[in-house]
Amino acid sequence: MTIIHEITVLPGINKQGEREEFIPIIIRPGDCLSIVGPTGSGKTAFINDIEVFAQGDTATKRIVLVNGEVPDEMLVRDPAQKPIAMITQNTKCFADLTVNDFLIMHIKARGLSDASIVDRVISVANGFTGEYVTPEMRVTSLSGGQTRALLISDALVIGNKPIILLDEIENAGIFKEKVISCLKNNKRAVIFVTHDPYVALLSERRIVMKNGAVTKVIEPGPSEEAALFEIRRMDECLHSLRERIRSGEQILGIA
Amino acid sequence: MILIIVAGPPSSGKTSVIRQIIRHFISEKKITYLKIDVVQAFEDEELKKEFGIPTRKVYSGDLCPDHTGIMVLEDAITWAENEEADILIFESAGLCLRCTPYTTQSLGICVISSISGVNAPLKMAPMVALADIAVVTKTDLISQAEKEVFRECIEKVTNTTEIIETNALEGTGLRYLMRRINEAPTLAKGDKVLLRGSPPLGVCTICVGKKEIGWQHHFGVVRPLDGADNIYRGD
Repeated sequence: MTIIHEITVLPGINKQGEREEFIPIIIRPGDCLSIVGPTGSGKTAFINDIEVFAQGDTATKRIVLVNGEVPDEMLVRDPAQKPIAMITQNTKCFADLTVNDFLIMHIKARGLSDASIVDRVISVANGFTGEYVTPEMRVTSLSGGQTRALLISDALVIGNKPIILLDEIENAGIFKEKVISCLKNNKRAVIFVTHDPYVALLSERRIVMKNGAVTKVIEPGPSEEAALFEIRRMDECLHSLRERIRSGEQILGIA
Repeated sequence: MILIIVAGPPSSGKTSVIRQIIRHFISEKKITYLKIDVVQAFEDEELKKEFGIPTRKVYSGDLCPDHTGIMVLEDAITWAENEEADILIFESAGLCLRCTPYTTQSLGICVISSISGVNAPLKMAPMVALADIAVVTKTDLISQAEKEVFRECIEKVTNTTEIIETNALEGTGLRYLMRRINEAPTLAKGDKVLLRGSPPLGVCTICVGKKEIGWQHHFGVVRPLDGADNIYRGD
Protein backbone atom coordinates (compact mmCIF):
# COMPACT_ATOMS: atom_id res chain seq x y z
CA MET A 1 0.00 0.00 0.00
CA THR A 2 1.27 3.45 -0.93
CA ILE A 3 2.30 5.44 2.13
CA ILE A 4 0.50 8.76 2.15
CA HIS A 5 2.72 11.66 3.20
CA GLU A 6 0.42 14.40 2.04
CA ILE A 7 -2.62 15.21 -0.02
CA THR A 8 -2.75 18.49 -1.91
CA VAL A 9 -5.91 20.28 -3.03
CA LEU A 10 -5.36 22.72 -5.90
CA PRO A 11 -7.84 25.54 -6.60
CA GLY A 12 -10.73 25.13 -9.04
CA ILE A 13 -13.67 27.38 -9.86
CA ASN A 14 -16.70 28.74 -8.02
CA LYS A 15 -20.33 28.39 -9.10
CA GLN A 16 -19.93 31.25 -11.61
CA GLY A 17 -16.88 29.62 -13.14
CA GLU A 18 -14.40 32.10 -11.65
CA ARG A 19 -11.06 30.84 -10.30
CA GLU A 20 -10.90 30.33 -6.55
CA GLU A 21 -7.97 31.98 -4.90
CA PHE A 22 -6.23 29.91 -2.31
CA ILE A 23 -2.77 28.61 -1.71
CA PRO A 24 -2.74 24.82 -2.31
CA ILE A 25 -4.15 23.12 0.79
CA ILE A 26 -1.85 20.39 2.05
CA ILE A 27 -3.22 17.74 4.38
CA ARG A 28 -0.81 15.53 6.32
CA PRO A 29 -1.26 12.60 8.73
CA GLY A 30 -2.40 13.88 12.13
CA ASP A 31 -4.01 17.03 10.71
CA CYS A 32 -7.49 18.08 11.74
CA LEU A 33 -9.44 20.36 9.41
CA SER A 34 -12.99 21.57 9.33
CA ILE A 35 -14.96 22.82 6.35
CA VAL A 36 -17.49 25.51 7.24
CA GLY A 37 -19.92 27.69 5.33
CA PRO A 38 -23.65 28.10 4.68
CA THR A 39 -25.79 25.36 3.18
CA GLY A 40 -25.11 25.13 -0.55
CA SER A 41 -21.71 26.81 -0.28
CA GLY A 42 -19.86 23.73 -1.56
CA LYS A 43 -18.66 22.00 1.61
CA THR A 44 -19.72 18.53 0.55
CA ALA A 45 -18.43 19.12 -2.99
CA PHE A 46 -15.05 19.96 -1.44
CA ILE A 47 -14.74 16.67 0.44
CA ASN A 48 -16.23 14.77 -2.49
CA ASP A 49 -13.32 16.14 -4.54
CA ILE A 50 -10.92 14.69 -2.00
CA GLU A 51 -12.84 11.42 -1.84
CA VAL A 52 -12.68 10.86 -5.62
CA PHE A 53 -9.23 12.47 -6.06
CA ALA A 54 -10.66 14.97 -8.51
CA GLN A 55 -8.50 15.63 -11.57
CA GLY A 56 -10.27 18.68 -12.91
CA ASP A 57 -13.15 16.39 -13.87
CA THR A 58 -15.69 17.37 -11.22
CA ALA A 59 -17.98 20.41 -11.28
CA THR A 60 -15.46 22.35 -9.16
CA LYS A 61 -12.51 21.60 -11.53
CA ARG A 62 -10.24 21.11 -8.53
CA ILE A 63 -7.24 18.80 -8.66
CA VAL A 64 -6.23 16.58 -5.77
CA LEU A 65 -2.72 15.14 -5.63
CA VAL A 66 -1.26 12.37 -3.47
CA ASN A 67 2.34 12.89 -2.40
CA GLY A 68 2.52 15.68 -4.97
CA GLU A 69 1.49 13.49 -7.89
CA VAL A 70 -1.59 12.28 -9.73
CA PRO A 71 -2.56 9.14 -7.77
CA ASP A 72 -2.42 5.66 -9.20
CA GLU A 73 -5.81 4.59 -10.58
CA MET A 74 -6.33 1.61 -8.28
CA LEU A 75 -5.58 3.81 -5.27
CA VAL A 76 -8.61 5.83 -6.30
CA ARG A 77 -10.87 3.00 -7.44
CA ASP A 78 -10.40 -0.02 -5.19
CA PRO A 79 -12.13 0.67 -1.86
CA ALA A 80 -9.65 -1.59 -0.07
CA GLN A 81 -6.62 0.30 -1.44
CA LYS A 82 -8.14 3.73 -1.19
CA PRO A 83 -6.53 5.75 1.61
CA ILE A 84 -9.78 7.52 2.45
CA ALA A 85 -12.87 6.54 4.40
CA MET A 86 -15.85 8.86 4.10
CA ILE A 87 -18.54 8.66 6.75
CA THR A 88 -21.67 10.75 6.28
CA GLN A 89 -24.82 11.13 8.31
CA ASN A 90 -26.38 8.62 5.89
CA THR A 91 -23.67 5.98 6.10
CA LYS A 92 -24.97 2.78 7.65
CA CYS A 93 -24.25 -0.90 8.02
CA PHE A 94 -26.84 -2.72 5.91
CA ALA A 95 -25.73 -6.30 6.47
CA ASP A 96 -28.07 -8.14 8.82
CA LEU A 97 -25.19 -9.34 11.01
CA THR A 98 -24.02 -9.01 14.58
CA VAL A 99 -21.25 -6.51 15.28
CA ASN A 100 -18.89 -9.45 15.75
CA ASP A 101 -19.77 -11.11 12.42
CA PHE A 102 -19.78 -7.78 10.62
CA LEU A 103 -16.23 -7.02 11.75
CA ILE A 104 -15.08 -10.56 10.97
CA MET A 105 -16.46 -10.13 7.44
CA HIS A 106 -14.29 -7.03 7.03
CA ILE A 107 -11.25 -8.66 8.66
CA LYS A 108 -11.51 -11.63 6.29
CA ALA A 109 -11.91 -9.34 3.27
CA ARG A 110 -8.66 -7.69 4.31
CA GLY A 111 -6.90 -11.04 4.63
CA LEU A 112 -6.21 -10.41 8.32
CA SER A 113 -6.41 -13.31 10.72
CA ASP A 114 -5.97 -11.87 14.20
CA ALA A 115 -9.33 -12.36 15.96
CA SER A 116 -8.40 -9.94 18.73
CA ILE A 117 -8.94 -7.14 16.20
CA VAL A 118 -12.70 -7.42 16.80
CA ASP A 119 -12.25 -6.58 20.48
CA ARG A 120 -9.94 -3.72 19.59
CA VAL A 121 -12.43 -2.17 17.14
CA ILE A 122 -15.23 -2.42 19.69
CA SER A 123 -13.15 -0.97 22.50
CA VAL A 124 -12.01 1.97 20.33
CA ALA A 125 -15.64 2.54 19.26
CA ASN A 126 -16.75 2.54 22.88
CA GLY A 127 -14.25 5.29 23.58
CA PHE A 128 -16.21 7.45 21.11
CA THR A 129 -19.73 6.91 22.42
CA GLY A 130 -21.49 6.70 25.76
CA GLU A 131 -23.90 4.04 24.52
CA TYR A 132 -21.79 0.90 24.64
CA VAL A 133 -21.52 -1.35 21.62
CA THR A 134 -21.30 -5.09 22.32
CA PRO A 135 -20.28 -7.89 19.92
CA GLU A 136 -23.73 -9.54 20.05
CA MET A 137 -25.66 -6.44 18.93
CA ARG A 138 -26.95 -6.43 15.37
CA VAL A 139 -25.33 -3.69 13.29
CA THR A 140 -28.69 -2.75 11.78
CA SER A 141 -30.12 -1.89 15.20
CA LEU A 142 -27.25 0.31 16.41
CA SER A 143 -28.11 3.94 17.16
CA GLY A 144 -26.72 6.78 15.06
CA GLY A 145 -23.97 7.42 17.61
CA GLN A 146 -23.03 3.75 17.89
CA THR A 147 -22.98 3.34 14.11
CA ARG A 148 -20.74 6.38 13.63
CA ALA A 149 -18.44 5.27 16.46
CA LEU A 150 -18.16 1.77 14.99
CA LEU A 151 -17.60 3.05 11.43
CA ILE A 152 -14.83 5.43 12.53
CA SER A 153 -13.17 2.73 14.61
CA ASP A 154 -13.47 0.20 11.77
CA ALA A 155 -11.94 2.67 9.29
CA LEU A 156 -9.10 3.29 11.74
CA VAL A 157 -8.31 -0.25 12.93
CA ILE A 158 -9.32 -2.63 10.11
CA GLY A 159 -9.46 -0.26 7.13
CA ASN A 160 -6.22 1.35 8.31
CA LYS A 161 -7.22 4.53 6.47
CA PRO A 162 -4.82 7.45 6.84
CA ILE A 163 -7.58 9.97 6.03
CA ILE A 164 -11.08 10.04 7.43
CA LEU A 165 -13.76 12.39 6.10
CA LEU A 166 -16.73 13.06 8.37
CA ASP A 167 -19.69 14.82 6.78
CA GLU A 168 -22.02 16.52 9.28
CA ILE A 169 -22.02 13.92 11.99
CA GLU A 170 -22.67 16.41 14.79
CA ASN A 171 -26.04 15.10 15.85
CA ALA A 172 -24.79 11.57 16.07
CA GLY A 173 -23.99 11.49 19.77
CA ILE A 174 -20.26 10.84 19.69
CA PHE A 175 -17.49 12.40 21.76
CA LYS A 176 -15.95 14.63 19.10
CA GLU A 177 -12.88 15.62 21.08
CA LYS A 178 -12.05 11.96 21.77
CA VAL A 179 -12.46 11.10 18.09
CA ILE A 180 -10.08 13.89 17.11
CA SER A 181 -7.43 13.05 19.73
CA CYS A 182 -7.60 9.32 18.94
CA LEU A 183 -7.16 9.93 15.19
CA LYS A 184 -4.36 12.40 15.87
CA ASN A 185 -2.57 9.95 18.17
CA ASN A 186 -2.82 7.35 15.42
CA LYS A 187 -1.38 9.79 12.87
CA ARG A 188 -4.57 9.99 10.82
CA ALA A 189 -5.89 13.10 9.15
CA VAL A 190 -9.50 13.95 9.81
CA ILE A 191 -11.63 16.41 7.89
CA PHE A 192 -15.01 17.50 9.21
CA VAL A 193 -17.77 19.13 7.27
CA THR A 194 -19.54 20.85 10.10
CA HIS A 195 -21.94 23.45 11.42
CA ASP A 196 -20.91 22.67 15.00
CA PRO A 197 -18.91 25.52 16.61
CA TYR A 198 -17.19 23.10 18.97
CA VAL A 199 -15.87 20.87 16.17
CA ALA A 200 -14.93 23.90 14.07
CA LEU A 201 -12.85 25.39 16.88
CA LEU A 202 -11.32 22.05 17.82
CA SER A 203 -9.72 21.73 14.39
CA GLU A 204 -6.41 23.40 13.64
CA ARG A 205 -7.46 24.69 10.26
CA ARG A 206 -10.81 26.00 9.13
CA ILE A 207 -11.66 26.10 5.46
CA VAL A 208 -14.38 28.66 4.78
CA MET A 209 -16.64 28.05 1.77
CA LYS A 210 -18.85 30.46 -0.10
CA ASN A 211 -20.58 30.18 -3.44
CA GLY A 212 -18.83 26.92 -4.29
CA ALA A 213 -15.33 28.24 -3.58
CA VAL A 214 -12.83 28.26 -0.74
CA THR A 215 -12.72 31.90 0.35
CA LYS A 216 -10.52 31.65 3.40
CA VAL A 217 -8.30 29.23 5.28
CA ILE A 218 -8.11 30.18 8.94
CA GLU A 219 -5.32 28.87 11.13
CA PRO A 220 -6.31 30.35 14.47
CA GLY A 221 -3.33 29.04 16.49
CA PRO A 222 -3.78 30.00 20.12
CA SER A 223 -5.98 33.03 19.28
CA GLU A 224 -9.24 31.11 19.77
CA GLU A 225 -8.23 29.27 22.93
CA ALA A 226 -10.39 31.37 25.22
CA ALA A 227 -13.41 30.83 22.96
CA LEU A 228 -12.70 27.11 22.77
CA PHE A 229 -12.50 26.92 26.55
CA GLU A 230 -15.90 28.58 26.80
CA ILE A 231 -17.47 26.34 24.12
CA ARG A 232 -16.10 23.23 25.80
CA ARG A 233 -17.75 24.34 29.03
CA MET A 234 -21.04 24.93 27.19
CA ASP A 235 -20.78 21.56 25.46
CA GLU A 236 -20.23 19.82 28.79
CA CYS A 237 -23.15 21.72 30.24
CA LEU A 238 -25.42 20.62 27.36
CA HIS A 239 -24.13 17.08 27.68
CA SER A 240 -24.99 16.84 31.37
CA LEU A 241 -28.33 18.50 30.74
CA ARG A 242 -29.09 15.94 28.04
CA GLU A 243 -28.22 13.11 30.42
CA ARG A 244 -30.45 14.59 33.13
CA ILE A 245 -33.38 14.89 30.73
CA ARG A 246 -32.83 11.36 29.50
CA SER A 247 -32.88 10.03 33.03
CA GLY A 248 -36.27 11.65 33.60
CA GLU A 249 -35.26 14.59 35.74
CA GLN A 250 -37.32 17.74 35.89
CA ILE A 251 -34.92 20.60 35.03
CA LEU A 252 -35.35 23.36 37.57
CA GLY A 253 -31.89 24.85 37.12
CA ILE A 254 -28.89 24.48 34.80
CA ALA A 255 -25.96 23.87 37.06
CA MET B 1 -23.48 5.09 -33.42
CA ILE B 2 -22.73 3.63 -30.01
CA LEU B 3 -25.29 1.30 -28.45
CA ILE B 4 -25.35 1.39 -24.65
CA ILE B 5 -27.44 -1.28 -22.94
CA VAL B 6 -28.23 -0.60 -19.30
CA ALA B 7 -29.57 -3.43 -17.16
CA GLY B 8 -30.03 -3.79 -13.43
CA PRO B 9 -32.77 -4.46 -10.90
CA PRO B 10 -35.49 -1.90 -10.17
CA SER B 11 -34.37 1.04 -7.97
CA SER B 12 -30.70 0.24 -8.49
CA GLY B 13 -30.11 3.66 -10.03
CA LYS B 14 -30.10 2.89 -13.78
CA THR B 15 -31.81 6.14 -14.68
CA SER B 16 -29.56 8.19 -12.40
CA VAL B 17 -26.51 6.72 -14.11
CA ILE B 18 -28.09 7.37 -17.53
CA ARG B 19 -28.84 10.96 -16.52
CA GLN B 20 -25.13 11.45 -15.71
CA ILE B 21 -24.15 9.93 -19.07
CA ILE B 22 -26.52 12.27 -20.94
CA ARG B 23 -25.36 15.29 -18.92
CA HIS B 24 -21.73 14.45 -19.70
CA PHE B 25 -22.13 13.93 -23.46
CA ILE B 26 -25.05 16.14 -24.45
CA SER B 27 -22.96 19.09 -25.57
CA GLU B 28 -20.94 17.01 -28.02
CA LYS B 29 -23.17 14.09 -29.03
CA LYS B 30 -26.72 13.47 -30.15
CA ILE B 31 -28.34 11.04 -27.73
CA THR B 32 -31.49 8.91 -28.07
CA TYR B 33 -33.12 6.83 -25.39
CA LEU B 34 -35.44 3.83 -25.27
CA LYS B 35 -36.99 2.49 -22.08
CA ILE B 36 -38.52 -0.96 -21.78
CA ASP B 37 -40.81 -1.47 -18.83
CA VAL B 38 -43.66 -3.68 -17.76
CA VAL B 39 -46.56 -1.60 -16.51
CA GLN B 40 -45.55 2.03 -16.07
CA ALA B 41 -42.48 4.10 -16.84
CA PHE B 42 -41.87 7.83 -16.69
CA GLU B 43 -38.16 7.99 -17.44
CA ASP B 44 -38.65 8.71 -21.16
CA GLU B 45 -40.81 11.75 -20.45
CA GLU B 46 -38.50 13.00 -17.70
CA LEU B 47 -35.39 12.71 -19.85
CA LYS B 48 -37.09 14.27 -22.86
CA LYS B 49 -38.21 17.20 -20.73
CA GLU B 50 -34.87 17.60 -18.97
CA PHE B 51 -32.53 17.26 -21.95
CA GLY B 52 -34.77 17.67 -25.00
CA ILE B 53 -33.56 14.40 -26.54
CA PRO B 54 -35.67 11.97 -28.61
CA THR B 55 -36.99 9.23 -26.30
CA ARG B 56 -39.33 6.28 -26.59
CA LYS B 57 -40.78 3.61 -24.35
CA VAL B 58 -42.40 0.22 -24.74
CA TYR B 59 -44.55 -1.57 -22.16
CA SER B 60 -44.18 -5.32 -22.25
CA GLY B 61 -47.47 -5.86 -20.41
CA ASP B 62 -47.90 -9.56 -19.82
CA LEU B 63 -44.89 -10.54 -21.89
CA CYS B 64 -41.34 -10.97 -20.64
CA PRO B 65 -39.73 -7.48 -20.79
CA ASP B 66 -36.41 -8.81 -22.04
CA HIS B 67 -38.25 -10.66 -24.83
CA THR B 68 -39.89 -7.35 -25.69
CA GLY B 69 -36.61 -5.49 -25.66
CA ILE B 70 -34.88 -8.01 -27.89
CA MET B 71 -37.84 -7.97 -30.27
CA VAL B 72 -37.81 -4.20 -30.82
CA LEU B 73 -34.09 -3.51 -30.51
CA GLU B 74 -33.32 -3.78 -34.20
CA ASP B 75 -36.11 -1.29 -35.02
CA ALA B 76 -34.82 0.95 -32.25
CA ILE B 77 -31.35 1.01 -33.81
CA THR B 78 -32.92 2.04 -37.14
CA TRP B 79 -34.99 4.72 -35.37
CA ALA B 80 -31.93 6.12 -33.60
CA GLU B 81 -29.93 6.10 -36.84
CA ASN B 82 -32.75 7.98 -38.57
CA GLU B 83 -32.52 10.52 -35.76
CA GLU B 84 -28.81 10.76 -36.65
CA ALA B 85 -27.91 9.82 -33.09
CA ASP B 86 -24.36 9.23 -31.90
CA ILE B 87 -25.58 7.25 -28.92
CA LEU B 88 -28.60 5.03 -28.32
CA ILE B 89 -29.21 4.28 -24.66
CA PHE B 90 -31.39 1.25 -24.12
CA GLU B 91 -32.69 0.83 -20.57
CA SER B 92 -34.06 -2.57 -19.63
CA ALA B 93 -36.95 -3.09 -17.23
CA GLY B 94 -34.52 -4.76 -14.90
CA LEU B 95 -36.64 -7.65 -13.76
CA CYS B 96 -34.98 -10.84 -14.90
CA LEU B 97 -31.52 -11.49 -13.57
CA ARG B 98 -31.13 -14.59 -15.69
CA CYS B 99 -31.65 -13.31 -19.25
CA THR B 100 -29.55 -10.31 -19.78
CA PRO B 101 -30.26 -8.18 -22.82
CA TYR B 102 -26.63 -7.26 -23.60
CA THR B 103 -25.66 -7.71 -27.22
CA THR B 104 -22.54 -7.87 -29.28
CA GLN B 105 -21.29 -4.49 -30.59
CA SER B 106 -22.76 -2.70 -27.57
CA LEU B 107 -21.47 -1.43 -24.27
CA GLY B 108 -23.25 -3.45 -21.58
CA ILE B 109 -23.66 -1.70 -18.26
CA CYS B 110 -25.03 -3.47 -15.21
CA VAL B 111 -26.20 -1.06 -12.52
CA ILE B 112 -26.32 -2.63 -9.11
CA SER B 113 -27.07 -0.99 -5.79
CA SER B 114 -24.57 -1.47 -3.01
CA ILE B 115 -27.37 -1.51 -0.46
CA SER B 116 -28.89 -4.62 -2.02
CA GLY B 117 -26.72 -6.78 0.22
CA VAL B 118 -23.19 -8.07 -0.13
CA ASN B 119 -24.37 -11.29 -1.78
CA ALA B 120 -26.37 -9.52 -4.49
CA PRO B 121 -23.69 -9.86 -7.19
CA LEU B 122 -23.72 -13.65 -6.67
CA LYS B 123 -27.49 -13.76 -7.01
CA MET B 124 -27.37 -11.70 -10.20
CA ALA B 125 -24.35 -13.47 -11.62
CA PRO B 126 -25.40 -13.62 -15.32
CA MET B 127 -26.39 -9.96 -15.38
CA VAL B 128 -23.08 -8.95 -13.80
CA ALA B 129 -20.80 -11.36 -15.60
CA LEU B 130 -22.03 -10.60 -19.14
CA ALA B 131 -21.73 -6.85 -18.67
CA ASP B 132 -18.68 -4.84 -19.71
CA ILE B 133 -19.06 -2.62 -16.70
CA ALA B 134 -20.71 -3.01 -13.31
CA VAL B 135 -21.67 0.38 -11.91
CA VAL B 136 -22.11 0.04 -8.15
CA THR B 137 -24.40 2.81 -6.90
CA LYS B 138 -25.22 4.38 -3.53
CA THR B 139 -21.76 3.72 -2.11
CA ASP B 140 -22.09 6.89 -0.03
CA LEU B 141 -24.66 5.07 2.09
CA ILE B 142 -22.78 1.92 2.98
CA SER B 143 -19.96 1.19 5.39
CA GLN B 144 -16.34 0.80 4.34
CA ALA B 145 -16.52 -2.90 5.22
CA GLU B 146 -19.50 -3.50 2.93
CA LYS B 147 -17.94 -1.46 0.13
CA GLU B 148 -14.86 -3.68 0.16
CA VAL B 149 -16.81 -6.92 0.48
CA PHE B 150 -19.23 -5.91 -2.29
CA ARG B 151 -16.38 -5.35 -4.72
CA GLU B 152 -14.82 -8.66 -3.75
CA CYS B 153 -18.14 -10.37 -4.32
CA ILE B 154 -18.34 -9.01 -7.87
CA GLU B 155 -14.78 -10.13 -8.49
CA LYS B 156 -15.83 -13.62 -7.37
CA VAL B 157 -18.49 -13.63 -10.10
CA THR B 158 -16.32 -12.25 -12.89
CA ASN B 159 -12.90 -10.83 -13.49
CA THR B 160 -13.74 -9.38 -16.89
CA THR B 161 -16.34 -6.82 -15.81
CA GLU B 162 -14.91 -3.43 -14.90
CA ILE B 163 -16.22 -2.22 -11.54
CA ILE B 164 -17.06 1.45 -11.02
CA GLU B 165 -18.30 2.67 -7.65
CA THR B 166 -20.43 5.79 -7.54
CA ASN B 167 -22.95 7.94 -5.83
CA ALA B 168 -24.87 8.38 -9.07
CA LEU B 169 -26.87 11.35 -7.84
CA GLU B 170 -23.60 13.29 -7.44
CA GLY B 171 -21.84 11.45 -10.26
CA THR B 172 -18.75 10.74 -8.16
CA GLY B 173 -16.32 8.27 -9.73
CA LEU B 174 -18.15 8.14 -13.08
CA ARG B 175 -15.14 9.53 -14.96
CA TYR B 176 -14.14 5.91 -15.60
CA LEU B 177 -17.54 5.16 -17.11
CA MET B 178 -17.34 8.18 -19.42
CA ARG B 179 -13.88 7.04 -20.49
CA ARG B 180 -15.27 3.61 -21.45
CA ILE B 181 -18.12 5.21 -23.41
CA ASN B 182 -15.61 7.40 -25.23
CA GLU B 183 -13.66 4.29 -26.18
CA ALA B 184 -16.73 2.17 -27.02
CA PRO B 185 -16.91 0.66 -30.53
CA THR B 186 -19.60 1.90 -32.90
CA LEU B 187 -22.17 -0.38 -34.49
CA ALA B 188 -20.76 -1.74 -37.74
CA LYS B 189 -23.10 -1.43 -40.70
CA GLY B 190 -24.29 -4.79 -41.94
CA ASP B 191 -22.87 -6.78 -39.04
CA LYS B 192 -25.42 -8.76 -37.10
CA VAL B 193 -26.08 -7.67 -33.54
CA LEU B 194 -26.53 -10.78 -31.42
CA LEU B 195 -27.31 -11.52 -27.78
CA ARG B 196 -24.22 -12.21 -25.72
CA GLY B 197 -25.57 -14.74 -23.31
CA SER B 198 -27.31 -18.06 -23.66
CA PRO B 199 -30.90 -17.70 -22.52
CA PRO B 200 -32.45 -20.18 -20.06
CA LEU B 201 -34.37 -23.32 -21.02
CA GLY B 202 -36.69 -22.56 -23.91
CA VAL B 203 -40.34 -21.65 -23.93
CA CYS B 204 -40.14 -19.14 -26.81
CA THR B 205 -37.86 -18.52 -29.76
CA ILE B 206 -35.56 -16.34 -27.68
CA CYS B 207 -35.55 -18.76 -24.78
CA VAL B 208 -34.86 -21.58 -27.24
CA GLY B 209 -31.61 -19.88 -28.03
CA LYS B 210 -32.06 -17.65 -31.07
CA LYS B 211 -29.72 -14.76 -30.48
CA GLU B 212 -30.83 -12.50 -33.32
CA ILE B 213 -32.39 -9.21 -32.34
CA GLY B 214 -35.44 -7.87 -34.22
CA TRP B 215 -38.96 -9.24 -34.54
CA GLN B 216 -38.38 -10.47 -38.11
CA HIS B 217 -36.23 -13.30 -36.74
CA HIS B 218 -38.77 -14.71 -34.33
CA PHE B 219 -42.23 -16.23 -34.25
CA GLY B 220 -44.87 -16.37 -31.52
CA VAL B 221 -45.41 -12.94 -29.98
CA VAL B 222 -43.75 -10.56 -32.44
CA ARG B 223 -44.16 -6.81 -32.65
CA PRO B 224 -42.25 -4.00 -34.32
CA LEU B 225 -41.22 -0.93 -32.35
CA ASP B 226 -44.06 1.08 -33.89
CA GLY B 227 -47.22 -0.14 -32.27
CA ALA B 228 -45.40 -2.04 -29.55
CA ASP B 229 -46.62 0.35 -26.89
CA ASN B 230 -48.54 -2.31 -25.04
CA ILE B 231 -47.02 -5.37 -26.49
CA TYR B 232 -49.12 -8.21 -25.14
CA ARG B 233 -52.11 -8.69 -22.90
CA GLY B 234 -52.54 -12.14 -21.38
CA ASP B 235 -55.81 -13.96 -20.82
